[in-house]
Amino acid sequence: MKKIMSILVRNRPGVLSHVAGLVTRRGYNVESIAAGPTENREITRITLVVRGEEHNLDQVAKQIRKLIDVIRVDPIPHEDAMTGELALITVSFTPEKKSEIMNLIGLLGLTIKHIEKDSATVMIAGSAQSVDTAINGLSPFFIRAMARTGLVALPLYDNGS
Amino acid sequence: MTMTTSKHASPAASSKAAVTGSEAIVKFLKDSGADLVFGYPGGAIIPFYDALYGSGIRHILCRHEQGAALAADGFARASGKTGVVIATSGPGATNLVTGLANAHMDSVPLVAITGQVATTSIGTDSFQEADIYGITIPITKYNYLVKDPADLLDVLSEAFHLASSGRPGPVLIDLPKDIQTAAIHYRVPRPPAIPGYDPRPAPDPQDVAALAEALALSLRPVFYVGGGAAGCDKELIKLAEGSDVAVATTLLAKGIFPDSHELSLGLPGMHGSKYSNLAINESDLIVGLGVRFDDRVVGDVRGFAPLARVAHVDVDQAEIGKRLSVDLAVHGDLKLALDLLIKKLKPRRRPEWHGRIQELKARHPLTVPSGRGAIKPQAAVKAVSDLTRGKAVIVTDVGQHQMWAAQFIESNRPRRFLSSGGLGAMGYGLPAAMGAALSGPGVPVVLITGDGGIQMNIQELATIRENDIPVKIIVSNNSCLGMVRQWQQFFCGKRYSETVFRYNPDFSRLAQAYGIPGKRVEDPDLLVKAISDLLEAPGPGLLDIQVEKEENVLPMIPAGKGQTDFFGEEA
Repeated sequence: MKKIMSILVRNRPGVLSHVAGLVTRRGYNVESIAAGPTENREITRITLVVRGEEHNLDQVAKQIRKLIDVIRVDPIPHEDAMTGELALITVSFTPEKKSEIMNLIGLLGLTIKHIEKDSATVMIAGSAQSVDTAINGLSPFFIRAMARTGLVALPLYDNGS
Repeated sequence: MTMTTSKHASPAASSKAAVTGSEAIVKFLKDSGADLVFGYPGGAIIPFYDALYGSGIRHILCRHEQGAALAADGFARASGKTGVVIATSGPGATNLVTGLANAHMDSVPLVAITGQVATTSIGTDSFQEADIYGITIPITKYNYLVKDPADLLDVLSEAFHLASSGRPGPVLIDLPKDIQTAAIHYRVPRPPAIPGYDPRPAPDPQDVAALAEALALSLRPVFYVGGGAAGCDKELIKLAEGSDVAVATTLLAKGIFPDSHELSLGLPGMHGSKYSNLAINESDLIVGLGVRFDDRVVGDVRGFAPLARVAHVDVDQAEIGKRLSVDLAVHGDLKLALDLLIKKLKPRRRPEWHGRIQELKARHPLTVPSGRGAIKPQAAVKAVSDLTRGKAVIVTDVGQHQMWAAQFIESNRPRRFLSSGGLGAMGYGLPAAMGAALSGPGVPVVLITGDGGIQMNIQELATIRENDIPVKIIVSNNSCLGMVRQWQQFFCGKRYSETVFRYNPDFSRLAQAYGIPGKRVEDPDLLVKAISDLLEAPGPGLLDIQVEKEENVLPMIPAGKGQTDFFGEEA
């Protein structure tokens, strides 16, 4: 199964190494890891997506919680999670395919970031599923390069938590 | 060249308000009572050693950084204080790795300070540069690379706080050379404030109430006690005696509950007594206290305590349910939990269970095997126990002699039996015994080691001589790597692959070469006298005991087997 964890950490040098190293070392598979600043400059939020057996995943959450720099760990149930992902995709095409691909880019709601006569770089931001859909939609053409941020998520905080 | 002692202050100290980073560390160490440290200098730590010179801090110059780390470990285990070890960058730092991993596995409070190349050179593969910060992430509780001299004092204070609080462990501070020489204003460090780190979590009273209820209902309760209970010996005795609870103590908990107590089951697990394992097997409630349900104790998790509900009290939430799912969990500081439990639990006699424990102990005693010929290693260990009668710190190395010591040494107080448990690091014994003796335990320190283990850190004999550290060294010498040889005998059809030494030095003469009195004994009739002489002579000494080569540690439950699968017996 898959588990999403939102982790608040002290913004210290090496904190990402501590978290990523632990996950790997304890034998879990990282699907994605994304880190960035929060509303508080001293605190970073890491969104971690891991795969494994249910029992093991509870264990990895506890092990992460134990790291000194970790302030809190919120497991994110899929259904009520506020999640999102961003991807940049470069597709190549021949001149005769250009209109077809432009059409598709419009249909998929992708933003064009850069365009040349034989290639275009598009961006999508949305749910992980919408990113998958965009990639699937473009896959009949030649995808020359792609970058995904990995999932970011926010837990639904109760007032006061 | 003659060595002269200069009393001049180092040049950097001359500026008035500021001190160097190194001087700040030395002042911090002194102010926090760390007046005995272990280490080995080198290029990248020269400024620190310069500040140490004439500072009043006692520095034990070991002969290898691993020896220094393990000596600091022995010092910490015997005293309960935080051990301090210092090394230079690169090879000095990498030589600490085994010592740090050992302290990490056994939750020993340790602070390691390593020199590092200057911040401007980091990452350029400079001379003696190694990324010790990266290397030690998995084997420290926390670690630091100090890049800004302004952080130094807070880092030190946080490091000592982390090492000694909560579940203790090793903390490493990597200190670039320019940080050591930078001018800083000495100030009292801020009290450590680490959001999300609670060193003394209060147990949920409802969880403790549930545990008290389970204990009240239990007919055959067993406390399964680990090293985390080191400060709770009085509470344990009160609870066990008040309610007739049998107490099994792991290798790291040996002595926390007296071995001599009627309710003591001693060591459980792979080389535990039969009565210990059988009692756990018959129990209806196992209460793990500051313990981690290690594979060497539990074996096959499906076969562990089949009739019992399992409760677990631990300060480290990640230990609860790690290997074994538990029926009752109490997350919190063990002492707080036990104090609460004592309040909630009505004492209750359990004469049947108490009687059953005595019966199991009488029926399956641990005995020294008889037989003529060479000295039985068990007899040597038993003689040490009989001659010291609990009034000694016993330190072991790793292997067969370690298990015999666990079985036959009677230990009745915490911090009197020191051993490398989780990591099982050969080479532990000699330096750890040295550190223990320097901690001022008030009783003699006796090292029981093997001919394999002692050779892994034998250079520390020089440190022992140089500082006149009164360690009594007993080498249980079977000219082989006995524990692995035993496994090869049992599981590889006696194919003794690389476990028999074809050459060993004469350890008694080797000790003499280091200026330490050394003797050898081969005759079983002279054994007790030889050990007694060793213990009575002042200062350090070594006794090389030539023991039976193909002796085995029994009982034995093979790795991963069930709790009553004693080797060589029908189930």
